[in-house]
Amino acid sequence: MDLLHGCPTGDSRGQATVFASVEQYLPLVKKLADDGYNMCSDLTAVDYLTHPGRALPEGVEAKRFELVVNLLSLDDRKRLRVRVQLEDGQSAPSLFDLYPGTEAMEREVFDMYGIAFTNHPDLTRILMPEDWDGHPLRKDYELGQIPVQFKQVNS
Amino acid sequence: MGLLQDVLDEGFSGIQHNFITAKLEDLVRWSRARSSWPASFGLACCAIEMMATGAAHYDISRFGMEVFRASPRQADIMIVAGRVSQKMAPVLRQVYDQMMEPKWVISMGVCASSGGMFNNYAIVQGVDQVVPVDVYAPGCPPTPETLIHAIETLHGLIETGELLKRRSASGSGANVHVEAAPVPAQPVPVMLGTR
Amino acid sequence: MSLVQQTNEGGQELGARSELTAKELLREVGSVLRMSEAEAAALALDEIDPTTDQTMIINMGPQHPSTHGVLRLMLELQGETVLRCKPIIGYLHTGMEKTAEQLSYMQGGTNVTRMDYLSPLNNELVFSLAVEKLLGIEGDIPERAVWMRMLLSELNRMSSHLLFMATNGMDLGAVSMMIYGWREREQVLRFFQKVTGLRMNHNFIRPGGVAADLTPGWRDDVLSILEEVEPRLDEYDVLMTGQPIWRERLQGVGVITQQEAIALSATGPTLRCTGLPWDLRRDQPYLRYDELDFDVIVGSYGDAFDRYAIRLNEIRESIRIVRQILERMPSGDYRIQDKKVTPPPRARIDESMEALIHHFKIFTEGFKVPEGEVYVAIESPRGEIGCYIVSDGTSTPYRMHMRAPSFVNIQCLPHMMRGGLVADAVAVISSVDPVLGEVDR
Repeated sequence: MDLLHGCPTGDSRGQATVFASVEQYLPLVKKLADDGYNMCSDLTAVDYLTHPGRALPEGVEAKRFELVVNLLSLDDRKRLRVRVQLEDGQSAPSLFDLYPGTEAMEREVFDMYGIAFTNHPDLTRILMPEDWDGHPLRKDYELGQIPVQFKQVNS
Repeated sequence: MGLLQDVLDEGFSGIQHNFITAKLEDLVRWSRARSSWPASFGLACCAIEMMATGAAHYDISRFGMEVFRASPRQADIMIVAGRVSQKMAPVLRQVYDQMMEPKWVISMGVCASSGGMFNNYAIVQGVDQVVPVDVYAPGCPPTPETLIHAIETLHGLIETGELLKRRSASGSGANVHVEAAPVPAQPVPVMLGTR
Repeated sequence: MSLVQQTNEGGQELGARSELTAKELLREVGSVLRMSEAEAAALALDEIDPTTDQTMIINMGPQHPSTHGVLRLMLELQGETVLRCKPIIGYLHTGMEKTAEQLSYMQGGTNVTRMDYLSPLNNELVFSLAVEKLLGIEGDIPERAVWMRMLLSELNRMSSHLLFMATNGMDLGAVSMMIYGWREREQVLRFFQKVTGLRMNHNFIRPGGVAADLTPGWRDDVLSILEEVEPRLDEYDVLMTGQPIWRERLQGVGVITQQEAIALSATGPTLRCTGLPWDLRRDQPYLRYDELDFDVIVGSYGDAFDRYAIRLNEIRESIRIVRQILERMPSGDYRIQDKKVTPPPRARIDESMEALIHHFKIFTEGFKVPEGEVYVAIESPRGEIGCYIVSDGTSTPYRMHMRAPSFVNIQCLPHMMRGGLVADAVAVISSVDPVLGEVDR
């Protein structure tokens, strides 16, 4: 198995991925930023509550949440995906100092999954109203469907 | 000595100008229907079609409605164009309350009318839970033709005056409270007709 | 509870200057972009004494005619100058990523097409490409389907940019421009209606190909669009590009540097206006863009005028691309003949029970997609639109995430507006061209 800066790598349909633990996450991204990955094009998360048995390389322990960061190198035209395993309630370091553009993305992850980011400058909800309960994209959050109502027509 | 004497002297040929007679109430309704200015409450996809209705090809000014007012205080019709989220609902109600009476609401598109395909936590399932709706325009998004038809329908309703009567009977405003429909314990069998 | 309280969003709003710590204030006035401490200190914070309340916070939106939907901005002003700005979004949050987990891959197109409602075909395209990559059939898509996808997404780019011309003109007071932009856009929409059946929200590009073949006479229809739009672009040049008022209104307004744009992950015209030629059609080609001849338009000053000019010239490039597509459009199938993802043709359903069952199964259960996760990105009119799908082996996505270009680009607004005039705020918002359906999803 190949290691990239000490982290196991993987391949998903021909796309390069690297797996990092929470402790390795920030140092790894720092090194990758020095390697020329100068843009963080996307940051999101996945809740693997109902799908725990996913394929992961050796030495990576599956946890409930996974933080997915897509880095882009504008000079080499390469993409790299960093996947970080997180327990429920565990917080991740913010990438704000490296890539200021992740501010809104991290707020979205916080809003939708309740994953807190340490050192984030302004960690508030972004999409839902401020007084909303719960984090909608968690798998144990209901879709919130209401039954379609048909009114009797009085004519 | 004026019009009456002219008519008495010379019959109808003695009239110098054209004139019409009508009830004042009808005149007011007629003029209301023909110069109802919409508030541009564009939310989502439907707003684009609403703007297309205002543009050259569909030309909403044929109905005296080309003046999309940005300020709700100058508008008569609120066209709720698009999905209304839980975060937007209080804002929508506030804008509605700022509009002057008489005011009307068109719910444009299925998302505004019933939540449409987005039956989930984020979308208000029908804007009629927030403001009283007079005309619902179907479609996702409704084509400009559909919107024009909705507007025409509303104009017809304004002219008859039915809408305002109904609203004053129900105490004005949208004190509509929608509760979840009671789910019967036993499923009710659907009876098919027989010949 | 009063309405004012109901519409208050607490911490999401722009805080009063007196309530902020020095660090927060520094960040909000722009020290985020890897500025040295000396530079940050030079931002002249002490010019304004927080105790004397000489500044005013005003609220713009979410119901505002020139915020392109329901964007809400809070601006802190000193006189006419914008000191700080904070966009507050979420007023159109539709829960689409949650809804996507309920819809099968077959139905997913109806969901994603409503995100960026000005370029629906690009949304469907990126979703379909991601699903095809998960299925492992991305190399087997018939040539005609591929070229049709390119034709439609380029025409969509034209219609989206034409709408930008219209709204940008309207926001800046050139109301006649609005009428002209819509007039040309109608031409493209009429072609879409003919081919896909709808003016917007087509759900036409689907995993495995496209939903139907092009209509007879499509070549003449497309040519007549091109012949109509092309000379009109020169008219726009006369009407706006060279006009002193227009230039005065846009040049030097909303400037962003290349370093800032990259740091803020901006893409599309917002990145290209700073002089960086980054276009996924050329730099990470998808479909058959590598076989086409086109230019990537870049600006040099990073201001609102550059963003306007880039979009205007991108319409010209799209016309160039469409002409090449017209020449090279191959014949053949318009969707993959893979029983797994393609429903049987309509005629077969009438004569074969198996075909009927197959059709029914595909549309009720959908098709199963092997486990895995992919991220696919393409160039939408607004920038890089990416689709991240996680599959757990069933017929619905386990997680579908869209990397929306407007959502990211909107973060540039505070940096573009800072130090500018409040009258230019509208020009800046308009030049970024955010689509709120995509911002909030």
